[in-house]
Amino acid sequence: MSHFIAVLFFALFASTVFGITMRETPRRMVRYGIYCFTLFVGAAIVLSWLMYFIAR
Amino acid sequence: MATEQNKSANNNGEARPGFVYLPLIAGWLVPGGGHFLLGKWVRGTLLAASIVSMFGLGLAMQGKLFSNAHDILDALGLAGDLGNGLLYIVSKVLGLGADQVMVTTADYGTRFIVVAGLLNVIAAVDAHNLRTGRKA
Repeated sequence: MSHFIAVLFFALFASTVFGITMRETPRRMVRYGIYCFTLFVGAAIVLSWLMYFIAR
Repeated sequence: MATEQNKSANNNGEARPGFVYLPLIAGWLVPGGGHFLLGKWVRGTLLAASIVSMFGLGLAMQGKLFSNAHDILDALGLAGDLGNGLLYIVSKVLGLGADQVMVTTADYGTRFIVVAGLLNVIAAVDAHNLRTGRKA
């Protein structure tokens, strides 16, 4: 399993739990879950590129 | 303010007989168990699938199961692991999980297991909130 696949799995499972537990209606759960997933993956990509340039 | 909201939520919630902390305990012991007890089958299934998958992936990545609290990091890891309830206990009895982190993926696996435990605690508290009527 590559590191990025691990990030995707982590984001998927954590976002699912966050979505279900932090919102009350199914529609808002899905929206919040997608929001969390995007933030998890987006933050990982941005931080990875930052570390790439810092290391050079 | 918060107390008034809680009282209001309690008044609006269904009056259910039985032990009020049962969904919390069931949810801790079995991922999604608290939601299953309350008849929230879809939510419970999604929570169980997420937490069990995360725990299983952690073990598959040769993640470490903490078993002592010699220093603060070990203690925090043990607290996170204990959040998995029966998953942790059964895995420990069966001797699953690495004793020491030997490869890079094992470090990720260790975090997966700890985070699965923390997510399980969140899910169990959510079941308790559903039971008390704080959440619909």
